Amino acid sequence: MATATAQPAKDETLLELQRRMLRQMLLVRRFEEKAAEAYALGKIGGFCHLYIGQEAVAAGSLAALRDDDYVIGSYREHGQALVRGVPANAVMAELFGKATGCSRGKGGSMHLFDAGRRFMGGHGIVGGHIPLAAGLGFAIKYRGGDQVCLCYFGEAAVNIGAFHEALNMASVWKLPIIFCCENNRYGMGTAFERVAAVTDVVEHACSYDMAAELVNGMDALAVYGATERAAERARKTGHPTLLEVRTYRFMGHSMSDPLHGVYRTKEEVEEQKKRDPISQLALKLKEEGALDDAALDALDAEVRAVVEAAVQFADQSPDPDLAELTSHVLVE
Amino acid sequence: MATTVFMEALSPTMEEGRLVKWHKREGDAVKVGDTLAEVETDKAIMDLQARADGMLRQVSVAEGQTVPVGKEIAVIVAPGETVGAAPVAPAPAATTGSGKREAGNVATAPAPPPVAVAAIPAPTTADAAPIKASPLARRIAKEAGVDLKRLTGSGPGGRVIRRDLEGVAVGREAAPVAVPAPAATFPVSRVPSPERTGAPYEDVPLTQIRKTIAKRLAASLGPVPHYFLTTEVDMERAAEAREALNRELGDEGRISFNDIVVKAAALALTRHRACNAWFQDDHIRYWNEVHVGVAVAVEDGLITPVIRHADRKSLREIGLETHDLAQRARNRRLRPEEYTGSTFSVSNLGMFDIDQFTAVINPPEAAILAVGSVAQKPVVADGAILARRRMRLTLSCDHRVIDGATGAVFLKTLKQMLENPLAMLL
Amino acid sequence: MPTLTYRDALNQALREEMQRDPGVFLMGEEVGVYQGAYKVSRGLLEEFGPMRVVDTPIAELGFAGVGVGAAMAGLRPVVEFMTWNFAVLALDQIVNSAAKILYESGGQVPIPIVFRGPNGAALQLAAQHSQAWESWLAHIPGLKVVAPATPADAKGLLKAAIRDDNPVIVLEGEMLYNTKGDVPEGEHVVPIGKADVKRAGTDVTLICHSKTVVPALKAAEQLQEQGVSAEVVDLRSLRPMDEESLVASVVKTNRCVVAEEGWPHCGIGAQVVDIIQREAFDSLDAPVLRVTQADVPMPYNKQLERAAKPSAEKIVAAARRVCYLD
Repeated sequence: MATATAQPAKDETLLELQRRMLRQMLLVRRFEEKAAEAYALGKIGGFCHLYIGQEAVAAGSLAALRDDDYVIGSYREHGQALVRGVPANAVMAELFGKATGCSRGKGGSMHLFDAGRRFMGGHGIVGGHIPLAAGLGFAIKYRGGDQVCLCYFGEAAVNIGAFHEALNMASVWKLPIIFCCENNRYGMGTAFERVAAVTDVVEHACSYDMAAELVNGMDALAVYGATERAAERARKTGHPTLLEVRTYRFMGHSMSDPLHGVYRTKEEVEEQKKRDPISQLALKLKEEGALDDAALDALDAEVRAVVEAAVQFADQSPDPDLAELTSHVLVE
Repeated sequence: MATTVFMEALSPTMEEGRLVKWHKREGDAVKVGDTLAEVETDKAIMDLQARADGMLRQVSVAEGQTVPVGKEIAVIVAPGETVGAAPVAPAPAATTGSGKREAGNVATAPAPPPVAVAAIPAPTTADAAPIKASPLARRIAKEAGVDLKRLTGSGPGGRVIRRDLEGVAVGREAAPVAVPAPAATFPVSRVPSPERTGAPYEDVPLTQIRKTIAKRLAASLGPVPHYFLTTEVDMERAAEAREALNRELGDEGRISFNDIVVKAAALALTRHRACNAWFQDDHIRYWNEVHVGVAVAVEDGLITPVIRHADRKSLREIGLETHDLAQRARNRRLRPEEYTGSTFSVSNLGMFDIDQFTAVINPPEAAILAVGSVAQKPVVADGAILARRRMRLTLSCDHRVIDGATGAVFLKTLKQMLENPLAMLL
Repeated sequence: MPTLTYRDALNQALREEMQRDPGVFLMGEEVGVYQGAYKVSRGLLEEFGPMRVVDTPIAELGFAGVGVGAAMAGLRPVVEFMTWNFAVLALDQIVNSAAKILYESGGQVPIPIVFRGPNGAALQLAAQHSQAWESWLAHIPGLKVVAPATPADAKGLLKAAIRDDNPVIVLEGEMLYNTKGDVPEGEHVVPIGKADVKRAGTDVTLICHSKTVVPALKAAEQLQEQGVSAEVVDLRSLRPMDEESLVASVVKTNRCVVAEEGWPHCGIGAQVVDIIQREAFDSLDAPVLRVTQADVPMPYNKQLERAAKPSAEKIVAAARRVCYLD
């Protein structure tokens, strides 16, 4: 079935791809901004980890995937879900905890799932889903298919045992996985260099005899290229790849955490904002004459309307039935 | 100011009392000295009297309920006062422990003072300690209409368990076993006859008197080092004397063999002070007065009313008094001073054809005399065999107070008096 | 009916299920080339090949997660832990992934996985290798937990576990692998959630599971000689627990002793006691007593270890107490 994540078919031009990615990034940006607003109004509870500043990673990498590939991520996965094609209504409703949410209101921000789109969550334990990705890759190989599994995680997850065990098995068993490390330099409030003996994540790949690539995460096209190469490797040879995608989050770790102050300076954030991936791609397209301000504004207005509608949809949706409390604990 | 009504120590050894019957109800006006209720003590039924004028309120103990001495059971509210005002306890006096007698004042003491209360408990409606019973036993009891309070549990801590209800058919439409009505007389538990219940047995809780007997006798036979001296007394002359005296008295009363024994024992004790004593932890009290406790069987137990100064009383007086005391004992109408203060006890099972027996000393007394039946026996006298009326006496002695020789000497004197009653007049 | 060892009953179950459903595969340390640390998977590599009998690195967390991921994609993995002591490392995947993904996804992604392995003490393996994990795992909603005590139940419950679309924990036992018993051939599937009366009786109910079943049966024989008729109920399934059968037994006998291998505090027996006091309150003639491992890490010394473990003698003593014989 045709989805918003239809890969760039051979007849899609690079320009069309870039326009598509720009729209997706803008959608994610406006959505996340709206989510921040809704959280502040109390409509979203618990944890809410925003993707603002990292949009190019989702847009670029998912552009290289097929519908039948698997996608799995951490708790900062709103962007991936939206780019993968999970409707904004369903995502916003899930954030609001409504019955119409993509996880029926029972998962929330950290557990967005869409099995039909092979979007396998949304996981809350740092690094806990990386072995799951290895399992998805194992299943692909078991069935003899040529799908890939794209797994997103942050740089801090590289230090946890599950990362090591999963990458080792992925390599020794030759599993078709793209391990996409979104290095935004900070854990919650800890700079990576303070807790990592090796700060270039790509260096880890040699421990597993695994291919690796370092990528500029603020450049959607660069991300697309690297992911495509990794996908090719996986489909053709069955081998995994470790991508270190260097990016930056403009907001705090979550809505409960500070933007800056204790662990990074305001100046640094301001400096990084100059590298805003959306601005960068828009600028590039403008320079190539493929986009003008009016078009950009129109695009922005369009995605804002989608996001606004999503908020309304979520507001008007009902809470789950009380019976949902005890449903789906087990398959009956 | 309101006055608290406590369960008072109405006997020196009382530790708990069973409220038999309220004479005044919640809201009744009472005056000092009014009988508020009848209370069954460990010995008898006593009247609980009001110690203030006012209105009786906050009655928290029901008829039939047993509460410890010192427990608050009601309040007398002063006229015009509201209920719930903090009650003022009357000046408390220390309670005496069981087993100890109040020194020397039994004969003359008025009603005992109220008992000290460490803390005044908040009045609750259900003051009775909860009955321990397994859930299964409760269910069986409930279904059979059996009152758990009537049962003694054989489980740990007195828990009533299923086997204690064996014989009680579950679901049977049985008439509930009657809880004894709080009658004005004695609400003793009756030994049930098998025909009545149809059960192979029935467990009956200890009444106050049984509890006290049990406790006291165990406290006696356990720690008191008993030894026993037996002698056989020739009662021919005593019998003849008795017959003569009774002919004299006619309808006005009869002298029993026991009366003669009591008199003789009392006199013998005046000559053998060593046997007329109390053991008191770190000293022995040798009494100069002789007060003889005479064991009387009451319906479910034993009580020992006291013939005071028995040595000075005539046979007739002893006879009348014994008779009166015994009757009142059976009716549970003895006053504390009538069953306390004995210096020596006599127990007679002769009427049951018991030849001889050994009795358990009543602490803190040092001795007790067990009297067997008077019966014709073949006796060798002057080389010939004669039929004589004989009676066996067994003296139980507390070896801490009375040594063997001492006891024997007393017994010999007693025997001599009984064998030659006129000697008592000397 | 053939007599099989518990080990061979499990082997038979695995083989039959792998033949029946190509999505079933076995994964764990030494399960393939080595033929299984306890030989449960003997011959399976030869029959099904390395894609379906997978030797893993020593990475419990990692390969448990691989199993869950494979289940998310619709395969039916059987993940073997060499012993459940090592599964502590994998608890994040069992508890946070396997038990929760169905719920978190609003019912979209079932996890039809089996985690199995030997549980509890063997002989003198000391503290880290002797733990019984029933309590920890049975605590978690989203999991099913079974503990077969006999070869027949081992086959039947493992088959049921593999066919179940939920994550199922199967607690076996090194000391059980050599035990023998009758095992029905072919389609012998024991439903999860059903206890089994291993011996009928009238005076006291002995509730047990796994390695306490044999001591309970021994205790029942000794009690019979003492005039007490004991009913032995094998839980078999710890989550869900067969409340109905437990209650029915205690309603009949009015008294109960629960035997288990785990530690006393918050153990499986505590849950059984809750069920009984709640649902059979009016039938109880005595409190429910428990026989458990001593509340200590398992010692190495043979005598100390024996003293720490539940035994027939201890069960008899407890039964006599609830019968008010002692």
